[in-house]
Amino acid sequence: MAKSLKTKPRKTATVTSLDIEMLQILNLDGTAQQDEARELGLTNDDIESLYRWMVTARIFDERALALQRQGRLGTYAPLSGQEACQAGSAYALRPEDWIFPSYREHLAQVMRGQRWLDILTYWGGSEEGNRVPEGVNNFTISIPIATQTLHAVGAAWAAKIKGETSCAIVYFGDGATSEGDFHEALNFAGVFQTPTVFFCQNNQYAISVPRTKQTASETIAQKAIAYGIEGVQVDGNDVFAVYKATKEALEKGRNGGGPTLIEAVTYRLSHHTTADDWTRYRPAEEVEMWKQRDPIKRLKLYLERQGLWNADDEAKLLEEAKSEIAQTVAQYENLPKRDVEDIFKYIYAEMPWNLREQLQELKEYLAEHGGDLPKE
Amino acid sequence: MPQMTIVQAINDALRTEMRRDPTVIVMGEDVGVNGGVFRATENLIKEFGPDRSIDTPLAESGIVGTAIGMALNGLKPVAEIQFDGFMPPAFDHIISHAARIRWRTRGRYYVPLVVRAPYSGGIRSPEHHAESPEAYYAHTPGLKVVIPSNPYDAKGLLLAAIRDPDPVIYLEPKRLYRAFRQEVPEGDYLVPLGKAHSAREGSDVTLIAWGAMMPAALSAAEKIASQDISVEVIDLRTLIPLDSETVLESVKKTGRLVILHEAPKTCGFGSELAALVNDRAFEHLKAPIVRVTGPDTTIPLARLEDYYLPDVGRCVLGIQRVLSY
Repeated sequence: MAKSLKTKPRKTATVTSLDIEMLQILNLDGTAQQDEARELGLTNDDIESLYRWMVTARIFDERALALQRQGRLGTYAPLSGQEACQAGSAYALRPEDWIFPSYREHLAQVMRGQRWLDILTYWGGSEEGNRVPEGVNNFTISIPIATQTLHAVGAAWAAKIKGETSCAIVYFGDGATSEGDFHEALNFAGVFQTPTVFFCQNNQYAISVPRTKQTASETIAQKAIAYGIEGVQVDGNDVFAVYKATKEALEKGRNGGGPTLIEAVTYRLSHHTTADDWTRYRPAEEVEMWKQRDPIKRLKLYLERQGLWNADDEAKLLEEAKSEIAQTVAQYENLPKRDVEDIFKYIYAEMPWNLREQLQELKEYLAEHGGDLPKE
Repeated sequence: MPQMTIVQAINDALRTEMRRDPTVIVMGEDVGVNGGVFRATENLIKEFGPDRSIDTPLAESGIVGTAIGMALNGLKPVAEIQFDGFMPPAFDHIISHAARIRWRTRGRYYVPLVVRAPYSGGIRSPEHHAESPEAYYAHTPGLKVVIPSNPYDAKGLLLAAIRDPDPVIYLEPKRLYRAFRQEVPEGDYLVPLGKAHSAREGSDVTLIAWGAMMPAALSAAEKIASQDISVEVIDLRTLIPLDSETVLESVKKTGRLVILHEAPKTCGFGSELAALVNDRAFEHLKAPIVRVTGPDTTIPLARLEDYYLPDVGRCVLGIQRVLSY
C-alpha cells in the first residue's frame, strides 16, 4: 500500500505565472483602438448618450457638493472621476439584471431607473430616497463595506436556481477587497458559478488609505485567480473598455460561464465624502495628474475627433444638464415634511403592539407641544 | 399521529414546506449530503436535489449574506448556522442588513429569511457550542426571535417562521433535540408567532421560560406542587414579537413572577420581561420579580457546566423566594 502511494507521480501546480493586461480602448488624446471601438456595437447615439450621462453626473456631483457646503444637504459621497466606470458598466446591463451599489454609485443608480431626486433625498436625510421604483432591479446602496458582494452573489444564485438569465453586478471599491465578505463572495460565486459581476472601482483610496496599503497584490484583478474565476483589469477612465469588459462578463454569466471580477482602475477626484478633506493625505500634483486622465475629457475628445460633437453641442448639453439638476434641487428643497409614523412603519410587515404604543406616545408628546418638538 | 423528536419535527417541517413552496431552500454547512450535523436536514437533498438543499462553503457571513440576496430575488432561504457559537460571523448580515432592509427601503424590499441555529448547553460540547444568544437578536428591531421547546411547536413554529415575510431567528434547544418524543401532526399546521403557550395552569406563581429551560420549569412546578404551591408555567415560544398579553394576564392573576433562562442575567431577556411587568402590572405584584438565570459568566466546559446551568433545584428556590417575600 505504502509502496503504491510512493510510486504515484507527483503533480505540479503552476500558480505564480500570471499576466494581467489592462484593457484600454480609448487613449488619453481621444484616439481609439478603432477595431475594438467598432466591435463594441455602440452606435453614435449610444456614445453620445454615454457622454450625456457622464456630464450630467459631473454637474450633479458639483451641485451636490455645493449644496452640502451651504448646509442644504447632508453628508454626500462625490463620484467625480468615476463616471466612466459607472456609465460604461450600467450601459451594458439589461433591465432584468440586478445592481448592488455601494454609496458612490449615483450615476449607475440613475441610469438604471432611479432619479437624481432620489439621490438628493437620501443624502438629504430621508430613507424615501431608497424607495426604488417597482420593476427596477436596483438594490439600495450598502453603507457597510463589501457586504453587498454577498447579497449580489445570492441574488444571482437565486436567478440561476429559478432558471432565469438575469445577472447581478455589484459595485465596491479597492478598500472593500480587504474585507472578509469580499473573499467569501468570490468563493461562493466560484463554487456555485453564479452569474455575478464583481465590479471593483479601484479609485486608489479608501478614505485616506492608499491602494498599496490595502493589499500587497500587484493588482486586484488577480485575486480572482485564487477563487477559480476570471479576473480582468480595465482602464476605469475609458468608458469603452469598461463597457466591453462588463458586457463580456454579463454575457458569460448569462451563458452559464459563472462570475467575473473586473478591476476598473480609476481615481476619486474629490473627497471620500463631504466630511473628508483629501488634501490631508495626497499631493495636489497627484490629483492634477489624474485630472489629465479625466474620463469625461477623454470621451469628449473622441466625439470631437469623430466629428460627432462641437462647441455648440457642448454648450447645449451643459445648459440642459444644469437645468435638469436645478429642477431636481428645487424639487428636493420642496419635499414634503416626513411623518413621525415613518420611523415605526416598515420595521415589520405588521406593526407589533410595542411599536404602536411607542408611536402613540411620541404623537401625544408632539401634540402637547403644538404638533412638533418643543422649542428649547 | 407519528411520534417525533424535536429534530425530526424540524426535518418534517422543512420537508413539508419545501413540498408546498418551490421557492423554499435550505442551505448551510453539511446540510446537504450529510443532512446536517444534528440531522435536521436529513434526506432533503434526496427529495429536492442539491439546488434546494445546499452544502455551502464554511463561511457563516457568506451563508447569511448570500441568503439575503436570494431572499431579495424571490427565494425563501432557510439558512442553518451549525452552532450558536458560530453565529457571530453572520451577525453583521443579520443585524445590519436582514433586519433593516424592509425599513430602509420603505418596504420596497424585504427579507423572508429564516436563520436556524442550535443553542443551549448541557450536552458536554466543546467551547462555542453551548451559547444562548437570544437577547442579542431580540434587541434588534426588525428581527423575530423564535425558540421552540417541544416537537409539536418546533414544526408549527418553523412553518410559520418560513412563511413570515420578515427575518426570523429560529433557535433550537439542542439539549432537547432527542430528549423526548411527542405526537406531531403530519402535513401542514401553524403555531403562530407571537403567541405564548400556557404549559401548566396555576394560581400562586407565574413561571416564564422558553426552549431548553422548559423541562426544568415544568419539573420545578411539579415538584413544588407537593407543597401545595400552584405554579403557572408559560412557554414564551416567541420572544419577538412578545406575547405581553399572556404574560400580563398571568402575572395579574398570580401576583408573583419568576423568570427562568439559561443565558447570563445582565441584559438577558428576563430583564425585558421584568421591565414589562413592572411597567404594566406593578400594582398586581405581591413580591419583587425573581430571575433564575445563568450567571454573568461564559458558559463553562463540561466539568463545570452543570454548575452554570439553572436546574430544577434553583428554579424551586426561585419560586420559594418569590413566595417568601
